Amino acid sequence: MKQESIAGNLKKLAIFLALTAVILILMRYLFPEQSALSLEVMRDYSKEVALIFPPVLVLMGLADVWIPEDMVKQYLGKTSGWRGILLSLFLGTLPTGPLFIAFPIASEMLKKGARIANVVVFLGAWASLKMPQIGVEIQFLGLEFAFYRAGLTFIAVICIALITDKLLKRSEISWGKILKE
Amino acid sequence: MKVALAINLITAGLLLLSFFKSSRKTLIALKMSLQKGANLMPWMIGIIVLIGMMLSFVPEQTVERYLGGEMTLIQVGGAALLGTITMIPSLIAVPLAGSLIEAGASYTTIAAFLTTLIMVGFVTLPLEIKELGIKITFWRNLLAFIFAIIIAGMIGVLM
Repeated sequence: MKQESIAGNLKKLAIFLALTAVILILMRYLFPEQSALSLEVMRDYSKEVALIFPPVLVLMGLADVWIPEDMVKQYLGKTSGWRGILLSLFLGTLPTGPLFIAFPIASEMLKKGARIANVVVFLGAWASLKMPQIGVEIQFLGLEFAFYRAGLTFIAVICIALITDKLLKRSEISWGKILKE
Repeated sequence: MKVALAINLITAGLLLLSFFKSSRKTLIALKMSLQKGANLMPWMIGIIVLIGMMLSFVPEQTVERYLGGEMTLIQVGGAALLGTITMIPSLIAVPLAGSLIEAGASYTTIAAFLTTLIMVGFVTLPLEIKELGIKITFWRNLLAFIFAIIIAGMIGVLM
C-alpha cells in the first residue's frame, strides 16, 4: 500500500516534470526576454530548495520516530504558554530557505499536538525574522528601517499567532490530513 | 549558504547517530522522508516555476511604477497587494526597494511591500491549505496582510 503510494507519486512527479518542461520551452520560444529572468530566478530557488529540502525531509522523518508526541505536547502544546511561543520563535529563525518549505514541518507540528499559536509563530519567524534577511535590509535600507521592520514584525508575528489561536478551535481544522482529532 | 551547509551536516550527524541507536527505526524514518518527498516534490517544482513566471511578467519597471513617487493611501494599499501576489526573492526585492527609496519612494510604501512580500504568500496558498488546512491559512494570511499595513503606517510615523 505504502509502496504503491511512492510509485504513484513518482508517476505524478514524472508527468509534472514533463509538463513543466513543455511550459518552459514554450516560454523560451514565445517570450525569450522574460524567459531569461525567470529561468535565473527559478535556478536560484531550485538551488535553495535542493540544498535545504532533503535535510528537512530527513529531519522530519527522524523527528517522527524519535521525538515522542508527549514531548511535543509538553513543549509546544496547549499548556506550553510563553515558553512554547519563545521556543517556536527560536525554531523558526534557525533554518534557511523559502517559507513554503516550512509548511510541511508546521503541519507535522500540528499533527503531533502543537498549539496553533506556536505553529503560526514558527511560520512567521521563518518568513520574516531571519538574520540573513535582516542583514540584507540593513545593507540596502539602513539600520533604522531594518530595526523598526524587524521589531514591529516580531510583535506582529506574536499578535497574529495569538489571534489565529483564539479564532480557531483545534476541532475546526478538519481539512485534508488534519482529521486526526 | 553556510546555514544550509550546517543544516546538512547536522542532519547527516543525527542520521548517523540514529542509525547506531536503531537501524530499524532509522529505516522507517527514511522511508517516511522519501514518501513525503515524493508527495511534496511536484508542489515545490510547481511553486518554483510559478514564481519564476510571475516575476517575468511583473518586471521591475512595474514594481517601480507602483511603488515610486508620492505616497498616498491607495499607493500603500497597492504596495501591500503587490507584495501579496508576487513572490520576489529578498535578494532581488530589498536592493530594488533601496533604490526606490533613493529615488524618492516613501518608507511606508516600501515597508508595506516588503512585509507582505515575506509574510503573505499567494502562489504558495494551495500548498499551505494542503498542509495546514484552509482556516489557519486564511487567518494567517489575512492577519499578516492587516498587520503589514499597520507596520507600514508605524514605520512611516517612526522614521
